[in-house]
Amino acid sequence: MNRRFSLFNATSLTLGFAFLYLPMVILIIFSFNASKLVAVWGGFSTRWYGELIQNEAFLDAAWVTLRVALLSSTFAAVLGTMAAYVMVRGGRFFGRTLFSGMIYAPLVMPEVITGLSLLLLFIAIGLDRGIMTIVLAHTTFSMCYVSVVVSSRLVTFDRSLEEAALDLGCTPFDAFRSVTLPNIAPAVISGWLLAFTLSLDDLVIASFTAGPSSTTLPIKIFSSVRLGVSPEINALSTLMIGVVTIGVVVASLVSKRAIARQQKDEQEARRT
Amino acid sequence: MLQDGSKSIFAPWSDPAATPLIRFQSVSKKFGHFTAVNDLNLDIYEREFFALLGPSGCGKTTLMRMLAGFEATSEGTILLDGQNIAPVPPNKRAVNMMFQSYALFPHLSVADNIAFGLKRSPMAKSDIQDRVEEMLKLVRLEQFARRKPHQISGGQRQRVALARSLAKAPRLLLLDEPLGALDKKLRQDTQFELMDIQERTGTTFVIVTHDQEEAMTVASRVAVMDQGELVQVDTPDRIYETPNSVYVADFIGEINLIEGNISPIEADRYALDWAEGQPPIIGTSQEMLREGTRCHFAIRPEKLAISAEPPTDRANCVTGTILDIAYLGNMSTYIVELSNGQTLKAQVANNRRIARRTFTWNDQVSLSWTDTAGVILTR
Ligand SMILES: Nc1ncnc2c1ncn2[C@@H]1O[C@H](COP(=O)(O)OP(=O)(O)O)[C@@H](O)[C@H]1O
Ligand SMILES: [Mg+2]
Repeated sequence: MNRRFSLFNATSLTLGFAFLYLPMVILIIFSFNASKLVAVWGGFSTRWYGELIQNEAFLDAAWVTLRVALLSSTFAAVLGTMAAYVMVRGGRFFGRTLFSGMIYAPLVMPEVITGLSLLLLFIAIGLDRGIMTIVLAHTTFSMCYVSVVVSSRLVTFDRSLEEAALDLGCTPFDAFRSVTLPNIAPAVISGWLLAFTLSLDDLVIASFTAGPSSTTLPIKIFSSVRLGVSPEINALSTLMIGVVTIGVVVASLVSKRAIARQQKDEQEARRT
Repeated sequence: MLQDGSKSIFAPWSDPAATPLIRFQSVSKKFGHFTAVNDLNLDIYEREFFALLGPSGCGKTTLMRMLAGFEATSEGTILLDGQNIAPVPPNKRAVNMMFQSYALFPHLSVADNIAFGLKRSPMAKSDIQDRVEEMLKLVRLEQFARRKPHQISGGQRQRVALARSLAKAPRLLLLDEPLGALDKKLRQDTQFELMDIQERTGTTFVIVTHDQEEAMTVASRVAVMDQGELVQVDTPDRIYETPNSVYVADFIGEINLIEGNISPIEADRYALDWAEGQPPIIGTSQEMLREGTRCHFAIRPEKLAISAEPPTDRANCVTGTILDIAYLGNMSTYIVELSNGQTLKAQVANNRRIARRTFTWNDQVSLSWTDTAGVILTR
């Protein structure tokens, strides 16, 4: 009994979590600090949140970030799903292994390199840097996450369902739309949420691909911090932590619950 | 079933003028270097209930998938109504398939599953509603229309799959081991249900099974397959009575096989020398067999008569001792050992109470049969 939660386990758990979350907890606490001095506690207040709402520059950046995240995660969901479908269902075709390896490469590619190469590309083709370039860049790196999530669902998805749809008169696209998609939707949604949160908090790639008129929130925060940490930044960061946390939690819940349920249904449907 | 006296006999395969619904012309299917179906020729006729029978892995599913359009033939052509179906994609074929796993759409209700194919046909919306109800009634699932597939039992799911594949009134319905997952009682009920539905709808059915009893029960004709080849295609009774090979004889039901050398007697009568000190077996064959051909004589256990004294009026008679008796309820199987060590099975209907049984272990008995009771097999 005691074994299951020994002193050692408790200690390592505490240390681990402290290591991960203490900085964030401090940041959140200080975002409610009444004092303007960052390191001195002057009592509880939501003053900085109020000031934040007045700050046009931050609001603009937030709006840019939100639009970029919505667009890029949607593109990534579509492209990532298509890529996953081809890799799982496409059968064997020339260069399949290379193709699947290349889709996953951005997962391990240093962001600086992704950012830099995209910057060079945009310059080479003469694309003015702005919201659209950030959207393209974010789509590029987040679609591989979507494709990982979606293909793990597709491999467990009973192929004969698609064949049954074809047999009953669907074109291959209709079969995908009316049978495959409804059944892999939870995975696509959780992939979309993942892409959304990745886009929200990306600094490196956005810095390379943003133009002067398209500052995202992480860029804005980073540049203001260089002039000194203000409590306002703490408040903003706290809000971002909140949004990202919600996104990630919802994404994992959606995929876990729905995938588990559907697999159970399929298993039951197969058993008699 | 079909040789019912009141009806005219349904046998388009023996009518040379009849045109088949499906014709396989030298069809082969290779997966890499592996040949799953080898140079197969087969005609299937309209309104037939055709059974493909064979051990697992012999190519039955592959054959079905070529008909449905999920696999292309490697060689040869398949004609449906005289048309080559190779260029027709699965969604354009007048063929529907009931999948081994049922493949019901988990996100759709029973009614929507059945309506799925109809919605993709030119049928009017109001007619679709009627057709779905008709189908639900046919498979007796009216009360379950709104349920999802995981909310109904296995037997019900199987009926939904059947209704869904019948809804579009296909020319040809393919059933891939449709009853494989059902228990014996439900399975037998469903077999009769299938035959009933087939008769009422007039659809041509091709059923895959590895259960020989099932094939014999439902089918108008049975094709026995082995390693991608057809061994015999015939009516169930002929498959049972006159198998064309040891493989078929052994695959369908129980049989006694005796190996020996042939010597012709007269016309179609032959003698089979099979053991020292035993009289030769007298049998008949339509084939011309040469002196000394190595053959098997095959005879069903129920064709052997068992008696205490050798009868005088039968062409063949051997004697031995009863080694074992298997009581099967409606009948008993006697395993009789002959003096040369060969054992034969004889099956006798138990139309008397068990206490009045005539023979018991170690009794000396005679087994006898007529010259036409068995078949001589050359392969
Ligand atoms: N897509 C495939 N790729 C390679 N081999 C296959 C494929 N489909 C079937 N086979 C092989 O073909 C043979 C026949 O399979 P199948 O038609 O499914 O047999 P059955 O339905 O009679 O059990 C098997 O040996 C199987 O391994
Ligand atoms: Mg099979």
